Amino acid sequence: MNEKTAVSLSGVAKGFRTWKRGPNGAWWRRRRDLKVALEPLDLNVPAGGVTGIIGPNGSGKSTLIRILGTLLTPDSGSASVFGLDVVAQAPSVRRHINRVSVEASFFKELSCWENMLYAARLYGSADSGARRRVEQLMERLGLPGDTLDRPMKQLSRGQQQKVAIARSFMTTPSLLLLDEPTTGLDPRSKREVQELLRSLRREREVTVLLCTHDLDEAAALSDRVIMLDYGKVLADGTPAELCERFGQPDLEEVFMQLSGRSLAEDEEESE
Amino acid sequence: MTRLELPALRHEADALWGFAERQFNLVKRYWAWEVLWLFYSLVSVLSIGYLASGLGLAGFSARDFHRTQLYLLVGSLLWSYLSSVFTDVSFAISWERWEGTIEYTFMAPVRRLTHLLGICLFAIVYGLLRSAIVLAIAIPLFKLDLSRSDLLAASAVLAAATVPLVGIGILAAVLPLLSPEKGDQMAMAVQGFLLLVSGVYYPLSVLPGPFQVAGRLSPLTYTLSGIRDCLLNGHHLGDMLPTLGLLLAMGAVLIPGGLVVFGWAEGRAKQLGLLKRSG
Ligand SMILES: Nc1ncnc2c1ncn2[C@@H]1O[C@H](COP(=O)(O)OP(=O)(O)OP(=O)(O)O)[C@@H](O)[C@H]1O
Ligand SMILES: [Mg+2]
Repeated sequence: MNEKTAVSLSGVAKGFRTWKRGPNGAWWRRRRDLKVALEPLDLNVPAGGVTGIIGPNGSGKSTLIRILGTLLTPDSGSASVFGLDVVAQAPSVRRHINRVSVEASFFKELSCWENMLYAARLYGSADSGARRRVEQLMERLGLPGDTLDRPMKQLSRGQQQKVAIARSFMTTPSLLLLDEPTTGLDPRSKREVQELLRSLRREREVTVLLCTHDLDEAAALSDRVIMLDYGKVLADGTPAELCERFGQPDLEEVFMQLSGRSLAEDEEESE
Repeated sequence: MTRLELPALRHEADALWGFAERQFNLVKRYWAWEVLWLFYSLVSVLSIGYLASGLGLAGFSARDFHRTQLYLLVGSLLWSYLSSVFTDVSFAISWERWEGTIEYTFMAPVRRLTHLLGICLFAIVYGLLRSAIVLAIAIPLFKLDLSRSDLLAASAVLAAATVPLVGIGILAAVLPLLSPEKGDQMAMAVQGFLLLVSGVYYPLSVLPGPFQVAGRLSPLTYTLSGIRDCLLNGHHLGDMLPTLGLLLAMGAVLIPGGLVVFGWAEGRAKQLGLLKRSG
C-alpha cells in the first residue's frame, strides 16, 4: 500500500439551518435554529483499504459522505479527495468518486439497463462493452439474468440496492463512498456484496469509506473503524484494537459503551 | 477545466446525449400522460381559435376576422410550445428530486452546461413535435390560409428563438433548486407573468408602462411579433434580420446569465442542504 492520501479533512464543520415554532407562538413567528451535524472534524484516510464509519443515528455520517461527494459545502474547514479540494475543484473530484446511498435512487419507470446506460454516459463509460460489464457485475451480485430489462419499480428493495451497488462499481471510482449499502439486504445478499467488495479490492486500488450500522460487517470488511458522534471522533483504530482498548468482545459492545458514555456526557453538559 | 481536449469533448457529447435519451425514455414510459398533455394543448389552442370565430359571429371586426383568428392562433400555438419547453425543463429538475436521483446527477463528472443543454434541447425538439401535431389539426379545422405567409422566414425566427429559449429554460430549472416544495408553483407563476407581458394575445401597447418594459425584455415578445409579421404582414427573411440578430443577442446574454444564476442556486442548495435530506 502506498502513502498517498485519499481523503483529508481539516476542521470540517457543518450545520443546518432549521426553523422552530414555539408551542404557543403565533403561526407566522419562527425562530431560526442551527442543527449541528459535524463539529470541526479532522481526518486522514490513506489511499487503499476500507475505512468503516460507525455512529448513532444523526451522528453526521451521511453529512460527511455528502461533503466528500461534493453535494454539501462545509461551513468551515477544508476537505480534499486525492489532494483535490471538494469545493474549489469539485469537477475534478467528481471524476474519482461514486456513492451508494441508503435508498437506491433510480428512475423507477425506466428499466434497470436504461438507468445503467444513463449513468454510464455521464461517466463516459458507455462503450460497446458496457452492457456485458454490467451483466457480469449483476451476476456476481446474485441478481437474476432477466433483471437488466425489467423496470426498476418491479425490483424488490434489496434488488434495487444491489443494482445501485453495481452502478457505483461500473464507473470504476477510486474513492467509493458507501452509505449503508447493505441496509435492507438479506444475509445472503449481504455476503454477496461483501464478497464483491473484497474482490474489487483485489482487482484494483480503491479506497472505500463504509458507513454502516451492521457492526459485524464493519468488523469483517474494515481495516480501520472510526466511531463518530456529532462529528466528533470517539474512537479510531482497527476493529481488534478497538475491542482491546475498550475491553470488549466485539464492536457492538464498543459501540454500546461509547454511545452510552456520550449520553452520560450529554446529561452532564446539560446540567 | 477551461480547455477541452478531444476525449473530454467526446465525453461531454456522450453525456449530452445521455440526458436527452433519459428524457426520451421517460416520455416513452409515461406516454399516457403525454397523450393527455397533447390533448390539453390541443383543446387550449382550439378554444382560442373558436374564441376568434365567436368574435367574428358577434360582429366584432368581422372584416378582419381571418386575420384576427390567425393572430390569436399563432399566439396560442406559440405559447403552447414556449410554455411546454419552460415546464418540461423545470420539471426535469423537480422530477429528479422525487425520484431521488438528483444527487447522483449532480455528483456526475459532467459540466452543468452539458446537463442543462441536454434537457433543454430535448424539451425544444419535443415541444416542436407536439406543436406540429396541433398545427396539423388546426390548419384544416380553421381553414387557415397560409398562402401569403413566408413560412421559411417564420421558421428562421423560430429557429433563432431556440437560443434565448435555452437561456430561459436554464432559468426555469433554477426554480425547483431554490425551493424543493414550491419550485413547480414558482415556475407556473413565472410562466403566467411571461404570458401576460410577452404579447401572446395582444400587442404590448395595450399594457401599462412597467409591463411594457418587462415585455420588451422578454425574447418571447420578438419571437411572436416576428412570426406574426412573416405569417400575417407579408414580411420576408430580409426584413427579419434585425429580429434574428436581436434573438441571438438575447440568447448570448441569457445562456451565460442562466448558467451563472444556476451555479449560484446550486451553491446555495449545497450550503443549505436542499438537494436531498434523508439518508
Ligand atoms: N439536508 C439537511 N437539512 C437539515 N438537517 C439535516 C440535513 N441533513 C442532515 N441533517 C441533520 O444533521 C444531522 C446529521 O445527519 P446525518 O444524516 O449526517 O446523520 P447519519 O449519521 O447519517 O444518521 P443515520 O445513521 O440515521 O443515517 C441530523 O440531525 C440531521 O437531522
Ligand atoms: Mg445516514
